[in-house]
Amino acid sequence: MRTKPFTPWAFLLPSFLGFFAFTFFPILMSLALAFCSWDLFRAPRWVGLDNFYHLIGFTTRGNPGLPPLLGFFLGVGILCGALGVGFRLRGWIRVGGLLGLTVLAVVALNQYVEPVNGRFWYFVGNTLYLLMGLPISMACSLGLAVLLNQTIPGRNLFRLAVFLPSIVGGVGIYLLWKWIFNTDYGLINNVISLVHPSGGPAWLESTAWAKSALIIMNVWATAGGANMVLYLAALQNVDPTLHEAASIDGASKWRQFLAITWPMVSPTTAFVLTMGIIGGFQGGFDAAYVMTRGGPAGATTTLSYFIYENGFRYFYMGRAAAASWILFLMVLSITFVNWKWMAKKINY
Amino acid sequence: MLKEHLVTVWKTLQRSKIGYLLVLVVIGLTMLYPLLWMIGTAVKTNDPAELLLEGPGAGIFPSDKNIFSNLFPPVWHWENFLEVFRTSTFARYYLNSALVAVAVTLGQLVTSALAAFAFSRLKFRGSETLFFLYLATLMVPVSVTLIPLFIMMSKFGVVDSYFVLMIPPMFGAYGTFLLRQFFKGIPDELDEAACIDGCNAFGRFIHVILPLSGPALATLGIFTFLGNWQSFLYPLVMVSSDRLKTIPLGLLDFVDLNSANWPLLMAASVWSILPVVVIFLFGQRFFVSGVRLGGVKG
Repeated sequence: MRTKPFTPWAFLLPSFLGFFAFTFFPILMSLALAFCSWDLFRAPRWVGLDNFYHLIGFTTRGNPGLPPLLGFFLGVGILCGALGVGFRLRGWIRVGGLLGLTVLAVVALNQYVEPVNGRFWYFVGNTLYLLMGLPISMACSLGLAVLLNQTIPGRNLFRLAVFLPSIVGGVGIYLLWKWIFNTDYGLINNVISLVHPSGGPAWLESTAWAKSALIIMNVWATAGGANMVLYLAALQNVDPTLHEAASIDGASKWRQFLAITWPMVSPTTAFVLTMGIIGGFQGGFDAAYVMTRGGPAGATTTLSYFIYENGFRYFYMGRAAAASWILFLMVLSITFVNWKWMAKKINY
Repeated sequence: MLKEHLVTVWKTLQRSKIGYLLVLVVIGLTMLYPLLWMIGTAVKTNDPAELLLEGPGAGIFPSDKNIFSNLFPPVWHWENFLEVFRTSTFARYYLNSALVAVAVTLGQLVTSALAAFAFSRLKFRGSETLFFLYLATLMVPVSVTLIPLFIMMSKFGVVDSYFVLMIPPMFGAYGTFLLRQFFKGIPDELDEAACIDGCNAFGRFIHVILPLSGPALATLGIFTFLGNWQSFLYPLVMVSSDRLKTIPLGLLDFVDLNSANWPLLMAASVWSILPVVVIFLFGQRFFVSGVRLGGVKG
């Protein structure tokens, strides 16, 4: 169909103006800001890579055993070796081997260099720790989907019941969970004291339990949601004759799950995992702000909370922008690795 | 004999799938229990004198540790729900949230639909590149754009206004992406044939594409509305005066005012999620289709 040359732009104009002003330009500005120091009041000052150095930089330790620089190169060597060996291994051993050897190399490196900002790495660790809820939540989603895939009376009612927690959200629900995790009167410690008279942990007030509390809440909020719907759709696409054939051959239900269902839903698993990791890296702000204010002692401070604190509480605009770019690069690289790895893992 | 009997019972149970049903009932109740607990707490009383009058299991400070008998009090204090509006400017927060969410949803629908039409139906130079740029920004975390956006808005002096609450969230690459996917699924021949006698692009958009994409628009609308209703970080950064606060911010103020009064806090929380539940119950099918259309986060 013929259109005048300006017609497409007439359609695009409102969206494009908004996109340019509120998304594209801010991204460029943020990139520039990451190399500046600015508290909003004085003029911004160009500081080069300083912000990044203060976030993810390393200094050498004065270690008497080995000259620091030599030690550093030794550590880098071990890391490269680890990656080299790791990529030669196969399957799950490869993942385990890579992780193990990387940890070893990091420990070795740690002998000779130390991070400039140890707290930042602690917050990165918090973010990763909270991500451990993702596999739990995915397993629950798959389990729920398998259950709901049966033809049973009132199926839609159950679907509604498990979907509801993922839809209600926001501050109200975080308040509810703050109340549920209340040490003395909360629902969870009430349940625990039924079987364990000395009562439960202090949850949100304890550095050891605060992250677990957030994970429990996240699993509740996500298990029956979009991921479950995606798994359910994937299960409905599995050819029932596969299961019939397997049961004629005498395969148990569990065996059928491992050999048929799990491989058949693997594309969904890959998608859900990737999206979950991307979301998880950026997440955790709302819950941390409402329930714990990032505490106790920074135990629930994630990267997004760290960025908020630096930017809007201390007005370290440059530092916050640099941290947000580090977060972005982390998300990008993980997505890339995921994508490469998943492309090979998907079974059909 | 007994064993045989048990085996038959077990077989019957298996065939009737009552096992699945039981497991699902338990899981469903567990998932809903926190929400029931919320409602239960909201109608309790925080006053120790009242607590004694109502007997054990009445208050939030249970004397017997039975979570089932403590779920609901014998006397339901519905007045807590009104008390929320009496003790703070909660009505104002409600109005703000509704206004902002409706405005953002309408804006998002209009801009996304127009752009999606251009990307899916009209050929122009640079369309591929521009669409790729749109998609690429979906990867960028919110925190990257939030800091410069705040600086821009404060330099223009529009921070702490309805403008900043409503206008920037209207534009999203995600809506454009979602609607473009849907528009692509409508056969080209349909609108070409329908408009074969000299109908312009705008006519195609209004008379053919839009009437056919009701479900997609509804899905995007619902998700935008809910996302904005629950949006917390953005208004937290952009707004500070009380008259502009939306419900999430208002709730936080409410916490500071009534820090230990859990029944009142829960009543306020119930108010905050009530519209969400209502929308969910009426628009269920759009939630599922939304998940399938674009893998919406949730």
